[in-house]
Amino acid sequence: MNSLYFDNAATTAMRPEVIEEMTDKMTTIYGNASSTHEFGRQAKKVLDDSREILAKSINATDKEIIITSGGTESNNMALRQVAQIKQNEGNHIISTVIEHPSVLRTLEYLEGLGFEVTYLPVNLQGNLSTEDVKSALRPDTILVSLMSVNNETGAKLPIHEIGELLKDHQAVFHTDAVQSYGLDSIDVRRDHIDLLSTSAHKINGPKFIGFLYLNKDIFVKPLILGGEQESKRRAGTENVPAIAGFAKAVSLLDEKSKQDKQDFFKKLTTQLLSNLKENHVAFEVNGQLSDNHSYHVLNLWIKGVETSRLQMNLDLNHIAVSGGSACSAGSLEPSHVLTAMYGENSSRVNESIRISFGEFNTESEVEALSNQVVKISSKLLTKNK
Amino acid sequence: MIYFDNSSTTLINANVLNTYQAVSQKYWSNPSSLHKFGEKSFMLVEQSRLQIADLLGVKGSEVFFTSSGTESDNWAIKGTAISKRKLGNHLITTQIEHPAVLNSMKQLEELGFKVTYLPVDQTGIVSPDSVEQAITENTILVSIMAVNNEIGSIQPIAKIGDILKEYPSIHYHVDAVQAIGKNLWSKLFHPRIDLMSFSAHKFNGPRGVGFLYKKANRQLQPLLSGGGQEQNLRSGTENTPGIVASAKALRLTIETQQKTAQQTVAIKRELLDYLTDKPGISIFSPDASDFAPHILTFALEGVRGETLVHLLEEQEIYVSTTSACSSKDETGSGTLKAMAVDDRIAQGAIRLSFSSENTLAEAQEFISKFEEIYKRFENISY
Ligand SMILES: Cc1ncc(COP(=O)(O)O)c(C=O)c1O
Ligand SMILES: Cc1ncc(COP(=O)(O)O)c(C=O)c1O
Repeated sequence: MNSLYFDNAATTAMRPEVIEEMTDKMTTIYGNASSTHEFGRQAKKVLDDSREILAKSINATDKEIIITSGGTESNNMALRQVAQIKQNEGNHIISTVIEHPSVLRTLEYLEGLGFEVTYLPVNLQGNLSTEDVKSALRPDTILVSLMSVNNETGAKLPIHEIGELLKDHQAVFHTDAVQSYGLDSIDVRRDHIDLLSTSAHKINGPKFIGFLYLNKDIFVKPLILGGEQESKRRAGTENVPAIAGFAKAVSLLDEKSKQDKQDFFKKLTTQLLSNLKENHVAFEVNGQLSDNHSYHVLNLWIKGVETSRLQMNLDLNHIAVSGGSACSAGSLEPSHVLTAMYGENSSRVNESIRISFGEFNTESEVEALSNQVVKISSKLLTKNK
Repeated sequence: MIYFDNSSTTLINANVLNTYQAVSQKYWSNPSSLHKFGEKSFMLVEQSRLQIADLLGVKGSEVFFTSSGTESDNWAIKGTAISKRKLGNHLITTQIEHPAVLNSMKQLEELGFKVTYLPVDQTGIVSPDSVEQAITENTILVSIMAVNNEIGSIQPIAKIGDILKEYPSIHYHVDAVQAIGKNLWSKLFHPRIDLMSFSAHKFNGPRGVGFLYKKANRQLQPLLSGGGQEQNLRSGTENTPGIVASAKALRLTIETQQKTAQQTVAIKRELLDYLTDKPGISIFSPDASDFAPHILTFALEGVRGETLVHLLEEQEIYVSTTSACSSKDETGSGTLKAMAVDDRIAQGAIRLSFSSENTLAEAQEFISKFEEIYKRFENISY
């Protein structure tokens, strides 16, 4: 039987075009981009061309793109280095309780250094309002870091409105756009975003490459120091093949294809939910399917069915879904996002799975998925009785 | 075409590239995911970790993947400083380290740490005694590179390790980026070493993969926090294809390191035979036991290194000035400066660095091409 992969928020398959691009760069361009000889110049050209593609994708300029090793490094660099440079202007930071661990753990580190962090709660939809940010904002707030799209529920935060709000405040605005990049149209000028994190492996690009957008008027010191790569902002021999692969993945996504993807995922979502309904599965969506939802993620409460058992049984049937976010290896901790939405005593925390769609999924795969969910959940529910 | 710039970066080995491709196609899932897709990636990552650990003679749980040699250096140094700052604020290193080390040290100085930058002798080697003399009760880290990237001098890592046995609370970090796979391991590896940095693209592996050896029980604050990968010490979704390919690259490199060392040293000797006693030529990488087999740096007095690089490039010979990282606005080589080499000579330095792909015939071709260039400058009086 074919394996079905519905864990695209954890990571995605590399596109064949991306592998091809990388292979090409690995075999033909082996200069160190900082070397002054011909190979170095060739490598630099690839780097420049790629950077232009990445910059354009969010309406930034080339100089504002710092290549990193992925979302985690981008988030760490953004938070640690902004906090450091702005510490004379205040020590208050605003974020949310539903951020990715690469933001939360870094904020905890900053708290240890004496910064004060307000973690905004979320509502039952897993979202928050601009008002919430407004009331938390203080004269000594130096940084606001909010994810664009939550990786567990798909909730889309009101980034544009918050950008507007912060436009005239000293606080720097960072967004972790790892789950929205490549799916939503992002414009850092329109949305007044100062820093933005992305990761290539979430959009069918290579692993361990991403970028941090840093507005040209903001200066931060590097997190990783050494040679003069990335305009002295991030040292280390440039990973030219992966950068070219990342740019390739990005170049395959124009505005229309992003919209098409969202429409397609919405269709798959609708299909799955109506199948489950027809078969009388007792479920609810965690979060809210609305305009403020990114349809590549669907978090479902299957009432009475324990997360790990459903996930394992699906796995036995060669269907990959997630029982939370894929992070700390091997352990399935209760989701901090569902806990924030519904409280730790809610059954939803232990009875939910995350299904996340990618462009290689098909309607017949979704059919197979829903059939298995129906079968397994009814089997597990009967056993429970 | 002759590529003599293997210390800047190497061409990926064809088999390693195949591995990278195959893993990218089949095992791209997230190793932390609990389903079978994730499990396979997880197993591949862990097998690779064990393989690397075996090749280094350490434990699997002591190998941590990073994105580069630079990151490994930054992490080892800053992670130590932060986790040991209550015990002291003094660090010891040398003047000839890679910028990844030197600039991490400088950053720590801005934060109030004190750093001793030990000088080196005329040959580019630090004295173990000077390390001992520099130690104070506040010393928390000694960071010494194994093989210098600019001239190939081998530092007395084992002797310093012996000295540090008397100071068990000091972290001993070794930047081994230029040392691995050069048939120097038995000489360089010392049980007292706590932290060691590596980078895969220097041994025909892929870009964007580094690793850090960290001895069990040694405290190190993470540089990158998040999802808890790498024993909660280096977060970020794992680079499965890169990691598997790097393990393979390391195995292939180490399996052939003896042969490679013989081959590269033969190339180096051929070139040294030609260069030695030539008027105007200064050699910084002698054929000696404390110099690596794969690096040959020399200067032609009165001609800038960049000029030589470009003239050689016209002949399709690729070399570099002393280090690629700072090639662009070079104010002179840090290592040669530390060796008190006259500026006029240091400015003329070029570095040739060899790999198993290079041949004696290439050395001979280099000699004949270089001789033409040399003759052009002969009327400069030395
Ligand atoms: C919202 C979000 N931020 C950050 C990350 C971290 O990205 P990376 O795995 O590239 O370090 C992830 C994914 O793991 C994510 O979903
Ligand atoms: C001695 C030494 N340390 C560290 C590095 C940095 O390694 P990477 O290029 O992987 O960041 C290099 C190479 O540039 C090096 O030669």
